Amino acid sequence: MNRVSKMIAVAGLAVAVLATPAMAQRDPAYEAARASGQVGEKMDGYLGVVGGASSDLQRLVSDINIKRRALYSQRAQAAKPAVTLEEYALTAGCIAISRTQPGEKYQAPDGSWQTRTSAPPMRDSRCPAAQ
Amino acid sequence: MIRYELTRAGTLATTAPMMGARRTVRWARVLPLAALASATLGGCVNVTAPDKPIVIELNVNIRQEVIYRLAADADNTINENEDIF
Repeated sequence: MNRVSKMIAVAGLAVAVLATPAMAQRDPAYEAARASGQVGEKMDGYLGVVGGASSDLQRLVSDINIKRRALYSQRAQAAKPAVTLEEYALTAGCIAISRTQPGEKYQAPDGSWQTRTSAPPMRDSRCPAAQ
Repeated sequence: MIRYELTRAGTLATTAPMMGARRTVRWARVLPLAALASATLGGCVNVTAPDKPIVIELNVNIRQEVIYRLAADADNTINENEDIF
């Protein structure tokens, strides 16, 4: 291996290392709330508080939902043909529920909170098949 | 090269038997028969209107079609915004 290819390899490694922290990860408080089942994925594409919530947790959920809503709105308008915010949010909800990990909470089609097991979650009949 | 084409479709020089003249339907004879037939058949066909209005739930189908179309895009959106999902 000559010097140039070594330098390229090192540069590539440096980019990979630097790029990883740039990819946004969940806030630790959010991650903990999900894992403990204090928050769950709702059918409508937003996060819900399961049971009683502290004001901190409520704020965390509202903050995430505002960001989600802005994202849904942007993507719904960018779709060709454009779709409604609710349609996009429901689609995202289907996917977010199917991605929940065992132990996390999600909302079933009847509106009840369910704990995800290793079995597929109960989802809206309109949801696309899980990938 | 010159091509010759018919400019207008003409009638055949000869016409097939039974096609030459329009057949006339003798309505005076057919109508009473038709009336009789419909009267006797009338008792066989019962059409009852449903007591509930017929609702075609197009909305549900359209939504599902839309959701299927959006699935891949929503999947990417979630991947790209892991911090809020």
